[in-house]
Amino acid sequence: MQYLMLIYDVEADWSKMSAVEQAAMYKEYGQFTQQISESGNHRAGHQLKPIATATTVRLRDGKRLVTDGPFAETKEQLGGFYLVEAKDLDEAISIAARIPSARHGSIEIRPIVARGETAEGKVA
Amino acid sequence: MDLEKLHREESGRILSTLIRLLGDFDLAEEMLQEAYATALQKWRVDGPPANPVAWLVSTARHKAIDRLRRQRRFEQKQAEIARYSEFLAQPAAGFSRGASDDPEGRFPDDRFPDDRLRLIFTCCHPALSEEAQVALTLRTVCGITTEELAKAFLVPIATMAQRLVRAKRKIREAEIPYREPSPEELPERLEAVLLVVYLIFNEGYLASSGDSLVRRELCAEAIRLGRLLCALLPQPSEAQGLLALMLLHDSRCEARVSADGELVLLEEQDRSLWRAEQIREGTELTERALRSGATGAYALQASISALHANAKTAQDTDWRQIAALYGVLLRMHASAVIEVNRAVAVAMAGDLEQGLGLLDELEQREELREFHLLPAAKADLLRRLDRMGEAAAMYRRALSLATNDVEIRFLRRRLAKAEGL
Repeated sequence: MQYLMLIYDVEADWSKMSAVEQAAMYKEYGQFTQQISESGNHRAGHQLKPIATATTVRLRDGKRLVTDGPFAETKEQLGGFYLVEAKDLDEAISIAARIPSARHGSIEIRPIVARGETAEGKVA
Repeated sequence: MDLEKLHREESGRILSTLIRLLGDFDLAEEMLQEAYATALQKWRVDGPPANPVAWLVSTARHKAIDRLRRQRRFEQKQAEIARYSEFLAQPAAGFSRGASDDPEGRFPDDRFPDDRLRLIFTCCHPALSEEAQVALTLRTVCGITTEELAKAFLVPIATMAQRLVRAKRKIREAEIPYREPSPEELPERLEAVLLVVYLIFNEGYLASSGDSLVRRELCAEAIRLGRLLCALLPQPSEAQGLLALMLLHDSRCEARVSADGELVLLEEQDRSLWRAEQIREGTELTERALRSGATGAYALQASISALHANAKTAQDTDWRQIAALYGVLLRMHASAVIEVNRAVAVAMAGDLEQGLGLLDELEQREELREFHLLPAAKADLLRRLDRMGEAAAMYRRALSLATNDVEIRFLRRRLAKAEGL
């Protein structure tokens, strides 16, 4: 089963880090990505640019509504993701716990709907 | 053969095996219900089989095979076909050899696998909400019906049913595994399991509202679960600590409420109503847990409870030792409630003024501002010091914070006494 791991972190904390600290963090992420690639769990993963670069689009009555943001009230922002292949939720949890940001931010684990399945897990 | 009794005692065990074989909580539950229905008719005519548990598993399993065959024919369900093939490829997997060819259930019971531990660990998975863990454990491991659960937790039946459906859906959709945790995961996972059992016990023990008879059953179920864990876990010392704690608390259940439903404090309880057999077992278990290396909070709390339980009179209570044990508990787990308990123990060990001083300090804590037991404890110490005016003021403060009816009535009686009425 595939799981999407959404990495939430306080963006302001990241920008407050020194260049040395940021480099150390990148190195840790690099090592982690390599580990889960070698173990065969890695499917995809990227860091996202800051929330200030985000744009939201909605289509209402055929009309496109484009806005800056979102700027949610939440303390933590979505800062990156991994898509992993794991045997079950326990394996997914143990992978998520090793994501460097788990130490100060939080990781949301979401099972991916497989092709031919509906969101409720029924075979379409 | 009393089918209802069998259901009560063995449904958890049968269900745990069926879930492993079928890989689906709902299907397993449904097939077990059908097997019971068949048993009801067949056993009345033919008499019960030699091994009813194995008979029920075999029958439920055959019904599931029939069901999956029919479904395969009518709907090309990819996932279920995969499961079905896997299922047929392991005809007696986990079963003793020949179990599936033995519908009469002649093979001996001890060769029948016990899957309840993995069922417990799955039901108490931390990825499920605590509420859901509690409900699912009682429903599947203990065989309590949704209706009974709703009654015990004072929620509408539909709410409880929804809670169970959601939990089972998450197990299925997020693929929470049906297995015992690895040795590395075990401490963390066991903590969650023990907490669920303790929550079930407390729900029955502390609640003052609702049907008290149903509540009492929750205590009994928690103790049953505790016994089960002690029997099944390879390292049961922490579970023994919890079981001991529950047995010791429960031993006082008849003495802690008076005939007219009022709360009776430990000090004023009729100790002849305490269940001696349970105290003996709880004390022995506490010692065994500590000897075999239990270091957790349950074993420590059990030690405190054992000191109370084994005191012939309230005056004989070894408060000094109890205060020391609360001190150890505090170092392990910082908690304002434990600090209040420790202060009371210090006071009762002979130094009322020192205990009162500790409570005064605790009063400054933000997190204890709304905690009614703190002014209640202060009031009690002031009463013992014969400072009735101050005691009355504290009882009034406690009354303004208390929400539990039984406690409010108790505090009112104490206030009336302190006011000299």
